[in-house]
Amino acid sequence: MTTAAPHATDGPGAAKSPSGPPASRPPAPPRVPRGLTRALPVAPAVILLLLFLAGPIAYCAYIAFTDLQLTGQAESSFVGFENFRTAFQDEEFLNAVWLTLVFTVVSSLIGQNTLGLALASLMQRASKPVRTLTGGIVITAWVLPEVVAGFLLYAFFRREGTLNAVLDWLHLPSQNWLFALPILAVSFANVWRGTAFSMLVYSAALNEIPKEITEAAEVDGAGGWRRMWHITLPMIRRSIGTNLMLNTLQTLSVFGLIWVMTRGGPGDKSQTLPLFMYEQAFQNSLIGYATAVALLLLLVGSLFSVVYMRLLRTEV
Amino acid sequence: MALTVSSRRRSPRRSRRRSRRLAADAGLLAFAAAFALPLAWVVLSSLDPQADLRVKAPDGLTLDNFDAILTSEITFTPLLNSLILCGSATLLTVVCAALAAYPLSRFRSRLNRPFLLTILFATSLPITAIMVPVYALFVQVDLIDTMQGTILFFAASQLPFAIWLMKNFMDGVPKELEEAAWTDGASSLQSLIRIVLPLMGPGVSVVTVFSFVMMWGNFFVPFMLLLSPDQMPASVSINEFFGNRGMVAYGQLAAFSIVYSTPVILLYVLIARRLGGGFALGGAVKG
Repeated sequence: MTTAAPHATDGPGAAKSPSGPPASRPPAPPRVPRGLTRALPVAPAVILLLLFLAGPIAYCAYIAFTDLQLTGQAESSFVGFENFRTAFQDEEFLNAVWLTLVFTVVSSLIGQNTLGLALASLMQRASKPVRTLTGGIVITAWVLPEVVAGFLLYAFFRREGTLNAVLDWLHLPSQNWLFALPILAVSFANVWRGTAFSMLVYSAALNEIPKEITEAAEVDGAGGWRRMWHITLPMIRRSIGTNLMLNTLQTLSVFGLIWVMTRGGPGDKSQTLPLFMYEQAFQNSLIGYATAVALLLLLVGSLFSVVYMRLLRTEV
Repeated sequence: MALTVSSRRRSPRRSRRRSRRLAADAGLLAFAAAFALPLAWVVLSSLDPQADLRVKAPDGLTLDNFDAILTSEITFTPLLNSLILCGSATLLTVVCAALAAYPLSRFRSRLNRPFLLTILFATSLPITAIMVPVYALFVQVDLIDTMQGTILFFAASQLPFAIWLMKNFMDGVPKELEEAAWTDGASSLQSLIRIVLPLMGPGVSVVTVFSFVMMWGNFFVPFMLLLSPDQMPASVSINEFFGNRGMVAYGQLAAFSIVYSTPVILLYVLIARRLGGGFALGGAVKG
């Protein structure tokens, strides 16, 4: 209506006003309910998403401000920011935040990302059978169910496990990894499990760099590292951004792997935020408090998500 | 004269290239060996009558471990539960995603962009974070410990990514073919089923396999939403059987891990072959 009004009043001057939209529209027979029938197929997806994804998120935002408990409580009451205030004074929560940070930085930013790039660039130069073999092994680790990966790496890091056997064989000091350095053990486990994704993303990105460019740099005498720094990395920076974002989001929500390997222990030495949340909800029965933590995690995730969308903005 | 100079100049470069290839091969093999150690453990232990926690040559080859776990309590019921759970949820996801992707890909609307942005945003939300509220919600609406509730949640959690992938694949199918069908009076649904979906077979199989693999390996969702042991899928039951028993039967654990992992590995190989190299998922995510 609002766009139609100026046309009517402008009279002859209407040609000057932006009459683009109506003219460029395809000359299809205009029927009113058509937009609705066309949108109809989206309905099942939208209903499912609203009920089972948007619903829980909204509910999360609500009960994070209540003192809801697991059992024995008829009604929960609104407590405002109490849960958040408790959280930031809770040593265990701060410990979980710190461990989540360590876990994310070590396993995602440093581990998966760098190792994935290293594997992808080695693959560019390696011979085909070696490339296929390595790719196959790394991808198998990625495709394995989370719990299986957890058990495999539990066996690997145990005191009587493979890692110590290898260290003994190399005459290096062995260590009770899951007890002394549990957060490092689970971080390495996550690197083992998640590197394939980075490797695939970077392989695809490196394949798109035209051969002439690297060859020209080579003729100009640029060595391996300089080529990497000045040519390869700038050319794949979009992939780096995407990969870092997705890795980080993935890593923030790892639960099963850590649960199987250490249960967050010993004590709370490998208790990242998802495990902390679980413990508060089901061992301490504090659903409201756990949900407040969940909401914080969700907010951090959304932040990364928005950054990721900005990286992909041109493609929607 | 000129010839000898050029050939002399070329040969060191070629040998340098060869030595570089050898170095790359050696580096990759070292990484491959490190990645393979845990995998070697599971394969060797499953065949070992006296398996322990480290990689070692088996004391003898036996299939007893497989024999011991191939019972309905340990293997068949959980795997069947997994199949029902992930199969139904995948079916629901793929159907909803295909239906939703069609108008998004074919018709222009002011709502497309905001909708797609919301979908993209939802693909990267950490689902783990909302599991506690989902649990609380499911208790209130009596969906806790039901297969259908878990299936619906699984489908919803996988749907954003499935719609996103499906829409991108559908964009690759030219519109002209359908326009002919439209003038012949075919409805949108007919042209979707008869023309578009058959043309994007690889795309549909990627979405299907990807959704299924993600759900098959998912531990946290059924761990939270299902309670009774007879409904547990393999991802949770493996933890109950082996995690809580103090992990003594390592050979059996390894054998079960292999039985449980094989379907997803095979499915992955299937789509990787189909798409030439298996780089499609990385590429699809990259956009």
